[in-house]
Amino acid sequence: MRFALGSYYDGSQSGPFDGGNRGPGGPGHVPGSAGSGSRPGFMGLQSPSFTDFLASHSPGLLPGHAAAGPGGAGPGQAARDLPHATTIIAATCAHGVVLAGDRRATLGNMIAKRDVEKVFRSDEFSAMGYAGTGSLGIEFVRLFQVELEHYEKMEGRSLSLEGKANRLASMVRGNLGAAMQGFVVVPLFVGYDEDTDRGRIFSYDVAGGPYEEERYFSIGSGSLFAKNSMKKLYVDDMPVRDVTLACVQALYDAADDDSATGGPDVTRRIYPIVATVTADGFRKLPESEAAALAEEVVQGRMAQPEGPTAPLRNG
Amino acid sequence: MPFYVSPEQAMRDKADYARKGIARGRSCVALQYAGGILMVAPNPSSALHKISEIYDRIAFAAVGRYNEYENLRKAGVTYADITGYQFDRHDVTARGIANWYAQTLGTIFTESNKPFEVEIVVAEVGAQPGDDQIYRITFDGSVTDEPGFVAFGGQADQVSAALKERYSEGMSLAEAFSAALDALAAPANGERNEVATSLEVAVLERAREHRTFRRIRAARLEELIAESRAARSAAADSPDADSPDAATSDAAATSDAAATSDAAATSDAAATSGEAGSPASTPGPATSADPAPPAASEPPTGPPTGPDAGSTDRGSGVGGPPAGPPL
Repeated sequence: MRFALGSYYDGSQSGPFDGGNRGPGGPGHVPGSAGSGSRPGFMGLQSPSFTDFLASHSPGLLPGHAAAGPGGAGPGQAARDLPHATTIIAATCAHGVVLAGDRRATLGNMIAKRDVEKVFRSDEFSAMGYAGTGSLGIEFVRLFQVELEHYEKMEGRSLSLEGKANRLASMVRGNLGAAMQGFVVVPLFVGYDEDTDRGRIFSYDVAGGPYEEERYFSIGSGSLFAKNSMKKLYVDDMPVRDVTLACVQALYDAADDDSATGGPDVTRRIYPIVATVTADGFRKLPESEAAALAEEVVQGRMAQPEGPTAPLRNG
Repeated sequence: MPFYVSPEQAMRDKADYARKGIARGRSCVALQYAGGILMVAPNPSSALHKISEIYDRIAFAAVGRYNEYENLRKAGVTYADITGYQFDRHDVTARGIANWYAQTLGTIFTESNKPFEVEIVVAEVGAQPGDDQIYRITFDGSVTDEPGFVAFGGQADQVSAALKERYSEGMSLAEAFSAALDALAAPANGERNEVATSLEVAVLERAREHRTFRRIRAARLEELIAESRAARSAAADSPDADSPDAATSDAAATSDAAATSDAAATSDAAATSGEAGSPASTPGPATSADPAPPAASEPPTGPPTGPDAGSTDRGSGVGGPPAGPPL
């Protein structure tokens, strides 16, 4: 079906947008010389997966494409000299899930940025955060958002939550080459499962995944501390408000012990990003609510710097 | 079988073929209302859509062959998504997509043996009503910018004339919907159909963030139909306009006679030449100035909807296949 793919696969012509020098409003390139069987532009190239389409149409636009090019054998200094995003924590609540992230990006031992955002809406009923190379993470988020929306528009229905998690896994795996050179980015994916009316958490490693996590999970440099903090705070089926508070407590504990994780910055009014995904859809807490949560945690720590304590004996 | 067909003849044949295919279906309308853009299409299927989302603020509506416009729709979504991914979401515009469709349809029309039997509309809702855009692209790649409202496919002229009577700027959703229903009930466009299951309705809502496209269906559609009936009876201020059917067919009849004298002349010619199957159509296939797909060969599909409906028939509804339901 060579003809159906459009003539730029012949190598003699470039397809629409190849080279990236065409304005968005301009007409697409119309190959006219390939005979009556050809279809211009995207007519034969449609796929429900935007990533697959991109890989065949303009692979240069895939995240990490340039990074994965011919280079040194091992992790290079370049990868270490890029800003890195740090701690993300997710926890399920009654009929939903909460995702929260600190605001710091680091560059080696320096703080690269204090107000970076690493928790995003991926579609109406899911959200993702990432840890690792910041620039790659941003591209991952953008691509994944388009991926989900593209599928929905092409097929007329949303992907299942597992379907979304699996798509993200293949995108992470696609970045393996770059990851091996040090451009690591690892997402944390959460979503509301309409079939079972509960929130679910999926984690990944550099080679893909997904691994479904029960109750709570954390990624990034401060994840060890955040998880341990959450372990002592988490109770099954807590209401959303309590879980958002527990997440901010856990991020505070991560910032307490990990230099790469930023705590609530009261003086600059920079607070963690907290998002919830429930039957009502994705909701990012407005700054006022995030500020209230952070203030509550900070006030509590004034009296009790180590934070709330868990009961020593069960029962 | 002739060995040589002149290019003019070939183009004319293709244009006739495409026009006939498009005229066989029923019209759709897209029009502005205060809160955005409303699109209404008669469509018995709830799964095979004529109206769809292309991008955040852009919608697509089509009539004709389903497989052909579905292919175009998917290509448009792909075009929009890659443009938005490569640049920014704000850089995806209806103008760009309409241009792309025009190029694509133009190429298909000139290069392939069988032209696409489709007519499509790309609509974009802006931040202000003045920024709204509606483009109509025909089978040969002609693009027209249609400010305010557009009717396309089927007996587009009659429907458009009826819509013109009812359309005004800044209508509410219910008023706009009522106008759309009345226009779609114009003579020669089939029976009036106000059943939620046979209408496809969608809006681009100006006030919404991110994705503005929403389908209106089931309970909400029933509600809207009821609201539009109320709006219509409120609008009927003269005593003899109590029956909405009579009012609209009157309007359609007068505006038909006034506005589309060109089309009337064409169809008259067709009727007198006695060739209902191949109307003496306009020759230039690629000129957008050519306003009217010949409508004469198609009989009205339903009974006259009002006392004056018969007069718009022009006595040309002989021969030709009965208009089958469009997809």
